[in-house]
Amino acid sequence: MSLGFTEAQVQRYARHIILPGIGGEGQRKLLDSKVLCIGAGGLGSPAAMYMAAAGVGTLGILDFDKVDESNLQRQIIHSTADIGRPKVESATDRLRAINPTIDVVPYDTILTSDNAFEILEPWDVVVDGTDNFPVRYLVNDATQMLGKPLVYGSIYQFDGQATVFMPGQDAPCYRCLFPQPPPPGTVPSCAEGGVFGVLPGIVGSIQATEAIKLITGLGEPLIGKLLIFDALAMEFTTVKIRWDADCPVCGKEPTVTELIDYDWFCGLTPGQVPPEAEHGVSTTA
Amino acid sequence: MPVKVKLPQIMRKHAGGESVVSADGATLRDLLADLEAKYPGVTKNVISEDGGLHRFINIYVNDEDVRYLGSLETPVKDGDTISLLPAVAGGS
Repeated sequence: MSLGFTEAQVQRYARHIILPGIGGEGQRKLLDSKVLCIGAGGLGSPAAMYMAAAGVGTLGILDFDKVDESNLQRQIIHSTADIGRPKVESATDRLRAINPTIDVVPYDTILTSDNAFEILEPWDVVVDGTDNFPVRYLVNDATQMLGKPLVYGSIYQFDGQATVFMPGQDAPCYRCLFPQPPPPGTVPSCAEGGVFGVLPGIVGSIQATEAIKLITGLGEPLIGKLLIFDALAMEFTTVKIRWDADCPVCGKEPTVTELIDYDWFCGLTPGQVPPEAEHGVSTTA
Repeated sequence: MPVKVKLPQIMRKHAGGESVVSADGATLRDLLADLEAKYPGVTKNVISEDGGLHRFINIYVNDEDVRYLGSLETPVKDGDTISLLPAVAGGS
C-alpha cells in the first residue's frame, strides 16, 4: 500500500516509520493532521516544536504578545534575537526551520468569544497553552461546542497538570474538573510567583505526546484522568476526572450553549486584565 | 490515625514549606479542621463561607474526587492519601 511519501519524507521520518505502532500509516496520519497551539509561550514552545518535528502536516500557532527578555528562561521557541518581535512570527520562523516541509499557520491575535469558532473550526486537535482562566474556559467551551479534542496543560511554579478533554462519549470537560474559576487574584501569575523554567518544557512535551497519540490512535489517551506533576518531588500522579452529568457545557442538559463573556464569568470587571495572565488580554476584546 | 495530606505548591507557605503533612480525622471535615488547627490558613481557600467546598480547589481521597464520594463527610482512614489540587492557569 502506497502512503505517498516522498524520498525526503522517508528520510526525515525514518525513525517513526520503523517504529512499531506508528509506522508508515501513523506517519501518514500525522502528515494529514491539523493541530492548533493556542499560546506560543512556555507550554506552546515545546508542544509546537515537537509536533513540527514529528511532521504534523498543518500546525497553527496563536498568540498576541511580543517576545520579552524575561520569556527566554523557558520559552525555548524564541531566541535572544527575537526580543520585541511578535511571538507568532518568531515561533513560525523556528517551526519552519525545524521542519520546512509542513504548513505553519500563524494567528497574531487574541482569542475571543467573537472569533473563537472561526479560528478553531478548521483544526483536528487543539492544544491549550494559554495563561489565564478566561481564555481557558473559552477554549474549553468552544472545543466542546465544536466537538474538537482539547489537550490541556497548566503550570504553577514547580507544579504541572495535564489531561485530554474529548467531547462526547460521556467524557469530562474542564468545567467538570473545575466548575468555577478562583476569584481574581487568588492565584498569582508566573510574573508574580515565578516559574521553574524547565517545567513548561515537561508539561508542553506531555501535551505534544497526547496530541500525537490522539492523531495516530496510539496508546491510551489521558481522557478522564488528570496527570499531576511535582517537579521537586519528581513525582507523577493521576487522579480521576468524572464526567459531571449536571455540567452546564457537556452535561445531559447543557445550559451554556453559546460562548459567553468569560471575563465576567471569571469575576473580572469590563476591561480588567486577568491578574494571573502575564500580559493584558481580554476574551471580549 | 494519621492520614497523609499532599499540599500543592500554592498552599505550602501555610505549612512551613512542607509538601506532605499528616492530619487526623474520621471524615474529611474533621481532617481539614485538624489541618487548619496545625497550620492556620491552609484551608482558607478550600472551605467556602457557607461551609461547603469551593469549586476551584479539588480534594482527592487517593485518586477519587470527594465531590463524587461524600464531599466533606467522606470517610478517611489510615493509609489514605489526601491531595489538594487548585485550579492553576499558568502556561506562559
